[in-house]
Amino acid sequence: MTIATLEAIPTSYTPRWLTPVLLLGIAYLIIPLVGTSYLFEAILLPFLALSLAGVGLNILTGYAGQVSLGSAAFLAVGAFAAYNFNLRIDGLPILGSIFLSGVVAAAIGIVFGLPSLRLRGFYLAVSTLAAQFFVQWALTKFSWFSNNSASGVIDAPPLSIAGVEFNSAVGRYLFSLTIVAVLTFLAYRLVLSQTGRNFIAVRDNETAARIIGVPVLKTKLIAFGVSSFVIGIAGVLWAFAYLRTVEPAGFNLDRSFQILFIIIIGGLASIRGAFFGAALLVVTPLILSRVGSFLLGDFFDSGVLDMSQRIVLGGLIILFLILEPDGLVSFWDRIRKRTTTRLLRQ
Amino acid sequence: MNSINRISGVHTATYLPVDIAAEQQNARVYGNEPHPAGKIALGLESVSLSFGGVVALENIDLSVRPGEIRAIIGPNGAGKSSLINVISGVYRPDRGHVRIGHDRFTNVPTQKLVHLGVARTFQNLALFKGLSVTDNVMSGRAHKARSTFLGQIFGIGRSPSEEVDAHDRAAKILKFLNLTDVGNRLAGTLPYGLQKRVELARALVAEPALLLLDEPMAGLAEPEKVEMTKFIRAANREYGTTIVLIEHDIGVVMELSHYIAVFDYGRKIADGTPEEVRADQKVIDAYLGVAAENIDGGGI
Amino acid sequence: MLDFDWQFFLEVLIGGLLSGVMYSLVALGFVLVYKTSGVLNFAQGAMLLFAALTFVSLVEKGIPFALALAITFGVMVAIGIAIERVVLRPLTNRPPMTLFMATLGLSYILEGAAQLIWGTQVHGLDLGIDDIPFEVGGVLISQFDLFAASVAAVLVLLLSIFFRYTRIGLAFRAVADDQFAALAVGLRLPWIWATVWAVAGLVALVAGLLWGARLGVQFSLSLVVLKALPVLVLGGFDSIPGAIVGGLLIGATEKLAEVYIGEYFGGGIESWFAYVVALAFLLIRPSGIFGQKLVERV
Ligand SMILES: Nc1ncnc2c1ncn2[C@@H]1O[C@H](COP(=O)(O)OP(=O)(O)OP(=O)(O)O)[C@@H](O)[C@H]1O
Ligand SMILES: [Mg+2]
Repeated sequence: MTIATLEAIPTSYTPRWLTPVLLLGIAYLIIPLVGTSYLFEAILLPFLALSLAGVGLNILTGYAGQVSLGSAAFLAVGAFAAYNFNLRIDGLPILGSIFLSGVVAAAIGIVFGLPSLRLRGFYLAVSTLAAQFFVQWALTKFSWFSNNSASGVIDAPPLSIAGVEFNSAVGRYLFSLTIVAVLTFLAYRLVLSQTGRNFIAVRDNETAARIIGVPVLKTKLIAFGVSSFVIGIAGVLWAFAYLRTVEPAGFNLDRSFQILFIIIIGGLASIRGAFFGAALLVVTPLILSRVGSFLLGDFFDSGVLDMSQRIVLGGLIILFLILEPDGLVSFWDRIRKRTTTRLLRQ
Repeated sequence: MNSINRISGVHTATYLPVDIAAEQQNARVYGNEPHPAGKIALGLESVSLSFGGVVALENIDLSVRPGEIRAIIGPNGAGKSSLINVISGVYRPDRGHVRIGHDRFTNVPTQKLVHLGVARTFQNLALFKGLSVTDNVMSGRAHKARSTFLGQIFGIGRSPSEEVDAHDRAAKILKFLNLTDVGNRLAGTLPYGLQKRVELARALVAEPALLLLDEPMAGLAEPEKVEMTKFIRAANREYGTTIVLIEHDIGVVMELSHYIAVFDYGRKIADGTPEEVRADQKVIDAYLGVAAENIDGGGI
Repeated sequence: MLDFDWQFFLEVLIGGLLSGVMYSLVALGFVLVYKTSGVLNFAQGAMLLFAALTFVSLVEKGIPFALALAITFGVMVAIGIAIERVVLRPLTNRPPMTLFMATLGLSYILEGAAQLIWGTQVHGLDLGIDDIPFEVGGVLISQFDLFAASVAAVLVLLLSIFFRYTRIGLAFRAVADDQFAALAVGLRLPWIWATVWAVAGLVALVAGLLWGARLGVQFSLSLVVLKALPVLVLGGFDSIPGAIVGGLLIGATEKLAEVYIGEYFGGGIESWFAYVVALAFLLIRPSGIFGQKLVERV
């Protein structure tokens, strides 16, 4: 019953579950048949992992209003924790490792969320950088985490559940898709619950929330924990399903900002927004490199691509903040509303 | 301060249904005969508070009995909001104590406030803009939740029944305050007057024994004020809620309250029934000024 | 602790304090902008990189030192004003966090543009100061660090004088105290903001040259913001004395920790140590070094 209250006015007359179910139908039944390996490897796998990370960060930053600049740290924690669980506990199924890695990320997230009990706003945002630098340092410094490999590189274990292998591009896609779908659904349930209302209450007016009896401290720590759990598992997908080989240096500040940009562009406090934002951020560089090399030829080397990518990304952020502060989601909803009213009028 | 001239007293009665006008009559009688002595709902004992050099409250004593509507009036900057902030633990007093029911505090624990049976509204709106009206009001029941967030995600344990309960109570309050139609709107998108009312709903849904209202009528149009007056009185009469009411509209204050405390420059300069306060020379000098004649003329 | 080497301790401490001044210098750029417009300008580091890269490239093209300095200053002022016009003005009255995210985007643009224009290779920058340590009472002090610290000190002094004794400085302080009041008495905010951004550009230029001379002018220069942020958390985002003392504190503790306890951690702790110091301090004193305790109005 609260489902209907999240968005002000129902924007369409289709039942709420219809779109997700249709999308999942396409994702499970059609895409695996028609998709090329380029589509899976270069687009869908990073898209799924980043979307999930965006969902996680959105819980913390979009809903609970605690800005975090250290998301990549929790991606890394997830990836390395899952690697170690898988390596060191014999017979633990891969899903078990993944779940436990989320728990580890959540625990570390709660520790780094403790300053939020005293700090607000920019002070908190800056303090989340501590997680970013500490985790990256620890993973590089202590080679135990990477089973003594050079510069902390880890290789993903084979993915199989109950004897079924998921190591092909399509397999890893289906593996990621399933985990992302389940966690997204649970995140959706969470933000519509009492705890989800508490998140927004704390974000919109912390003093009022405390006065009416919202357990502010607990709410913040839940947000940090749940968010880190989800981001941690996104990290596992990033490492195990997408890249297959990762090192701590890959989980740098730029990655943290990337996830923050995903939710700004997609839409803060929107579960769907993370998917919109991730899609844009995954596809833009690909388009940019095509267009760039088409227009500029050889001059457009990887360095130039890198730099122009930075410029475009920065420009996108500023443009969205100025023109579409509620992100692609609200843009999309406006378009959809306009077309449905036009259709209804006819 | 020009609101003083807008004396509602008699002429507001024309907006009200008959039974409410009758209630109004009763309230006045009740106001003249103090509540049986003994228990107090709220007490302040020599409370002082200052910000840097500014003295917001100076040695304030105040006691409010259960079931009373106690108005706090005074010019801008007199310390009225500071008083409510001390009672709700937002400000920590430099000296003195606050008694809420049986408990006595040097510093009221904000987080436990609602468990002490206290709810409040804010002078400047403090709604959760990103939540719907219904969700805002439901959040007034957040303190009752015993289910864990995992229970809520999976819909197991107490969580479903808690959710139903909170939703039903919110719906009831919304109906009581004529807000049902806007239940699905985002709170931040409502007109100012309705937002004020949603704040009242959010406070009432907690079923407080003591309700602190910081200028609930400020910025409302006359018909809205009449409605708000009706709601406040109903909350007081139907639920027996003790109310501390800060308000600049003297007409509303005289009409609603059993007792009035007058503040000026952080000090309490008068405390008594509406009649006593209205006749008090210090109050007239500090606050009511020339408007006093109008009040007499208002025939309250 | 009879065998404790006090001389060495002093050397480390002084080295730490001197590099702390360099942190303060970067932090100062943040404080100027934050005080007047309430924006935590993450792009300060990118501005610093942009300034240093522009200057070095000009010098390498054979333009004389002073002229290159003047041109770069002009460019930085132009960038400052452009930022105010194009990015901040459309975002007036938006939450501070939105403005912060906009400056994040800005830093991406500036970093990208700087390297797109001037290339990604590392440039050496020679300010003509030999880095020969000299000895005072048995303690070795880096000549370059001392020079950098003096330049930073002079800049802070000049800025203080500017803001205390000039008309625009007065306006600046009025805006910092109360934007609405300043607006009400007819101060032209956009003009003041543009000036402040230009001054922030100047600070970025000076900091960029000093840091560039020490680290080489390259992309990682923009990461010195990450050194300034804990300083700001410690000293308060809006306090110039806080930025100075915070910088000294962080510089000193960081160096001491690196030398004395770093080995127990396997070294390399400077990437996060400053943050831990700042956080630990804030847990004890939430309003920072100089911040007065503000009670939120409700
Ligand atoms: N958080 C605060 N920080 C500094 N000064 C404050 C704070 N809160 C209140 N004051 C000062 O305390 C004094 C009393 O303010 P208060 O808000 O209690 O007045 P008030 O009676 O509610 O006035 P109004 O009718 O305008 O709401 C004023 O001088 C005010 O400036
Ligand atoms: Mg007030």
